[in-house]
Amino acid sequence: MADDILIIGAGQAAAQAVQSLRAEGFAGPIRIFGDEPYAPYQRPPLSKKFLAGEIGYDRVELKGHDFYAQSGVETHWGTRVTEIDRKNKRIFTAEGREYPYGKLILAMGSRVRELNVPGFDLKGVHYLRNIDDVKAIQEHFRDGTKMVVVGGGYIGLEVAAVAAKRGIDVTVLETADRVLARVVDPIVSQFYERVHREAGVKIETGVTVSGFEGTDRITAVTSGEGKEYPCDFVVVGIGIIPNTALAVEAGLEVENGIVVDEFCRTSDPDICAAGDCTSHPNAVYGRRLRLESVHNAIEQGKTAAATLAGKQKPYDQVPWFWSDQYDLKLQIVGLSAGYTEAVVRGDPENSRSFAVFYLKDGVLVAVDAVNRAPEFMMAKVLTQKKAKLDPARIRDESIGVKEIAG
Amino acid sequence: MAKITYIEHDGTEHTIEVENGVSLMEAAVKQGIPGIDGDCGGACACATCMVFVPEEWQGKLAGIETMEETMLEFCEHSAENSRLCCQIIASNELDGIRLTLPESQH
Repeated sequence: MADDILIIGAGQAAAQAVQSLRAEGFAGPIRIFGDEPYAPYQRPPLSKKFLAGEIGYDRVELKGHDFYAQSGVETHWGTRVTEIDRKNKRIFTAEGREYPYGKLILAMGSRVRELNVPGFDLKGVHYLRNIDDVKAIQEHFRDGTKMVVVGGGYIGLEVAAVAAKRGIDVTVLETADRVLARVVDPIVSQFYERVHREAGVKIETGVTVSGFEGTDRITAVTSGEGKEYPCDFVVVGIGIIPNTALAVEAGLEVENGIVVDEFCRTSDPDICAAGDCTSHPNAVYGRRLRLESVHNAIEQGKTAAATLAGKQKPYDQVPWFWSDQYDLKLQIVGLSAGYTEAVVRGDPENSRSFAVFYLKDGVLVAVDAVNRAPEFMMAKVLTQKKAKLDPARIRDESIGVKEIAG
Repeated sequence: MAKITYIEHDGTEHTIEVENGVSLMEAAVKQGIPGIDGDCGGACACATCMVFVPEEWQGKLAGIETMEETMLEFCEHSAENSRLCCQIIASNELDGIRLTLPESQH
């Protein structure tokens, strides 16, 4: 029987799994399959420095050209896997080839949520998920062109920031009554709205996009509220969806992501899963989470590799994220969902440096830190510990960050 | 070009050649050296690329900037000679440097 480990997907989790399988001592064959023509690369810079043209492909590519060969890994870039046959332990590719496996790692990531409105297929309507998306968007980057961003989430705001700096006329349309509504307190939303407006970006909230106008190319975005926003191109950033179809068809347990345990095992003992496509039991929050982050991809990649190499490395971390816009480095620890109090440290109205601590019944569950590395680093520790904090000590900046917990 | 040696906490050594101008984090990640994750891709936002720099090499590194200093100050297991290697850029000057990795990044 084959002892080959096959990895489906070629993003951050997959690249980490390759490295960790070898580091954990697995010496058998490894094959990796990715449907993009590229070797694994970092996605976060795509909406930041890569979009701005400050760095190129060589800087986002995760591993060196010889890494896979030196690790004894057979690579299949530009190859879509179409079926997992669990009974006979083999997979099929779009070219009709089949590969037997001993163990599988599913690291299929996620894809963009599409906006299905009239005109969705017009030229000039873009999403941002991969390198080719960015190249297509960059072709519109000329002084004075008009861009509409649909969605005031992190991706939309990062794209807006890069485009505004590039001299493009930017309008952001958001359905909710504020940007970043799903993830941050109104204080943080107001801060980012102010910063973007100061940079010349127009932000309109409470707008439901109803269609894209144009005959061949987009010329305007229309809203359900009856307004029209003329533009030369659109970038839609309304979230991502985990790629779970292969797992569903193979009969694995899937519920808002491929269901895994703390060792990244799916409902089939020969199959692990890692990264965006999974839902894992999070010890810190006491519930299942599906995360969209590099940190999650890397750590689950390590855990899945350890499991398949016969070791145990449970995944039990506090999630963290970051977003770069203009001169602002936002670092986020944890998930604020369900918080009962947001406590502000610093002055978000008159400065560009502050942190918001999210407490749930007094216990720290998350922190948004804008240009506040100390608060961010401290929050990582305190959130993991489920520290109970006194709001007065958080607010009082005469108390050092290390002394906040008392 | 500089020859850089990364020493894992268990003593395992990895020596690689790094082109001038490339950060020692990026080079380590690209070669798959265990113990250097670089989650944030070099934005000085995650502190997953901490290394210990021997005293005799410290004078050859560019000065430490505020962001890095702050991250290190709040990093568990950091020491006087800690640096984030996403902020160390390879040059001929660093040829032969030996960096030790903390156990916490294992």
